[in-house]
Amino acid sequence: MNRLIHFIKKEFLHIFRDPRSMIILFGIPAAQIMIFGYAVTTDINEARIAVLDLSRDEYTKQIIQKIDASKFFQISRELTSYTQIEPLLKKGGVKQVVVFEPDFAARLQREGTAEVSLITDGSEPNTGRLVAGYMEAIINSLNRELNPSPAMAIVPQMRMYYNPSLEGEYMFVPGLITLILMLICALMTSITITREKEFGTMEVLLVSPLRPIQIIVGKVAPYVALGFIDVLIILIMANVVFGLPVHGSLFLLLGESILYIALALSLGILISTVSKTMQAAMFISLIGLFMPSVLLSGFIFPIENMPKFYRIFSLILPPRWFIVIIKDIMLKGTGLPSVWQETLVIVSMTAFFLALSARQFKIRLE
Amino acid sequence: MRTLKFLLHKEFTQIRRNRFMARAILMVPIVQMLILVPAVTFDIRNIKLSVVDLDLSSVSRGLEAKLEGSKFFKLAHGSFSVKKAENMMHKGKVDAILVVPPDFEKHLLNNGSAEIQLLLNGINSSLAQTALVYLTALIQNYNQNIIMDNIAVKPFKPPSRISVRNRFWFNEEMDYKIYMAPGILGVLVTAVGFLLSGLNLVREKEIGTSEQINVTPIKKHEFILGKMIPFMIIGIVELAFGLTLARFVYSMPFEGSFLLLALFTFVYLIAIMGLGLFLSTFAGTQQQYLFICFFFMMIFMLMSGIFTPADSMPVWAQQVNHLNPTAYLIRVIRSIILKGSGFGAISKDLALLSLIALLTTSLASLKYKKTI
Repeated sequence: MNRLIHFIKKEFLHIFRDPRSMIILFGIPAAQIMIFGYAVTTDINEARIAVLDLSRDEYTKQIIQKIDASKFFQISRELTSYTQIEPLLKKGGVKQVVVFEPDFAARLQREGTAEVSLITDGSEPNTGRLVAGYMEAIINSLNRELNPSPAMAIVPQMRMYYNPSLEGEYMFVPGLITLILMLICALMTSITITREKEFGTMEVLLVSPLRPIQIIVGKVAPYVALGFIDVLIILIMANVVFGLPVHGSLFLLLGESILYIALALSLGILISTVSKTMQAAMFISLIGLFMPSVLLSGFIFPIENMPKFYRIFSLILPPRWFIVIIKDIMLKGTGLPSVWQETLVIVSMTAFFLALSARQFKIRLE
Repeated sequence: MRTLKFLLHKEFTQIRRNRFMARAILMVPIVQMLILVPAVTFDIRNIKLSVVDLDLSSVSRGLEAKLEGSKFFKLAHGSFSVKKAENMMHKGKVDAILVVPPDFEKHLLNNGSAEIQLLLNGINSSLAQTALVYLTALIQNYNQNIIMDNIAVKPFKPPSRISVRNRFWFNEEMDYKIYMAPGILGVLVTAVGFLLSGLNLVREKEIGTSEQINVTPIKKHEFILGKMIPFMIIGIVELAFGLTLARFVYSMPFEGSFLLLALFTFVYLIAIMGLGLFLSTFAGTQQQYLFICFFFMMIFMLMSGIFTPADSMPVWAQQVNHLNPTAYLIRVIRSIILKGSGFGAISKDLALLSLIALLTTSLASLKYKKTI
């Protein structure tokens, strides 16, 4: 036991001595919180658009003012002819060109209808749809003003559950915890263990009085601690900076995090038993584990929208299960009764990976 | 020149012999193009909507039929109890609930207006936002229908209205795959130019062979060129390979000129390799380089607009993005491929990226020493 403690101490020293590993351990969570919290957004905000007003009457001027005043749009160019549209959209400065047909106001009065064409840059489908959708909403509100006493109308009343002001943090904080733990516990441990193999120092460890299991425990112990600290840091930052609450039991949340850390470690150990070089371990971790975790766990891309194959494939990815647990406990405030299935999946995955790596682990060199 | 030729020969032989590197170079584009592109559909469809219709009138049924016809919604777990539906949302089985209160139609016909309730799960804010936009548009549209239906009943002057004609250019079918494929190509080029080339360089340091090179008469610039050129070639070849794959698998159009894209990618590779070279001087082992590189790659990619619209970011973030080489690549690769933008349209980006390339390469040559 004493030996083990010394061994763990040595491993901690290894990590803390190298400022570069600190970048991964603390730089990445901090940078991601900043980026996701303050920079990245999927909504549109003051999107630059251009108008082509072929009518230039009082009414179109009013509409243009109204569009410009909206927080979704900002009119950056006023065009004078159709031929300007294509080069402008190709250059990419604006997302949409709003075209008012000639004699707009006159037609509206005489014929009761006038046309606005929305030419939207569709190369970004989601942004394009949002831009078109918000613009249509503005024009529809004008229609209601034109007809002050509508014959009849269904008035939708809206209520947001769990996240009333639609803050992005609700989505990314759980995703971030899942991702960081996967990165630290799986990638870092697989690399450290493989490194000993590649440099031949594993031999030294194997002939030492430490038992193989102690070597592994000693190797992974620092990362358990660091992963756990990262969870705490992210939770505290999320709470202090973004005011994100933990609705459920904090104790349960941390307990589940430990289960997930164990799972990520078992994966890291498994990867290290199958790869001979660090490069191999890196590639397996990054391509096989990290990328799918980012993309297929429902962190950024909603799983519901994926083709069926991916939805089924995502079932074998650990992050997908953990993200559900975190969201339920943090945001919906549910307890163990509603997440026991996911917990069971995580525990059995851990057992499976550990059993697999125990079979793969060789204490002799080839 | 002769030295450089031999160095290049050595590099290519090493890359070919390194089973892992060779496999990664071949497999990564295939995996990324075939597996990742369809997975990263941010396309918001099939929003699970539970309708709680407590009125069961012809108007509410009409609205339901309209929702059912929309490709954005999938009606699921309909019931007659708001509690039950809320419970379903709690379990994550539905994203949104539409409650039609009792006597809805009566109110509508008597008072000219009636309320319905939309309850949305706000955790995924972008999904909720989009669901709200779609639902509101759909209800407004339905309002028009009811008004029209009632013209026949009562004599009614048609309202004057502005009609909207929507057109989407460059990607008329709003296919998310042909939007993501060019972005993923950008990731690929970045991985080759930034990660692989840097790892290769640091590896020499780690296993001690760079010392051997240091004592030879090979000049510093020859050594650096010898390291950069192979990955430059690999990067461009990967780009062409990925493009061909995307073209066949997703029938992605290619509107612009490949030469222009290759030129831009070339400048990008110089910029990103220069940065890799500079950062490699801070790393003694491949593991350390991986950490440093990973940190920068993550920031570059998240901010570049591959996954989220870069134009919607706050002003400070857009200004930071002027220093982010990946942001230029993603923007230009998409506009050349999807919009067919020519030299004029991208010249400003090209000029700024060249400045960055100049900056990173001079930083690297200042910092890189042929000594230990």
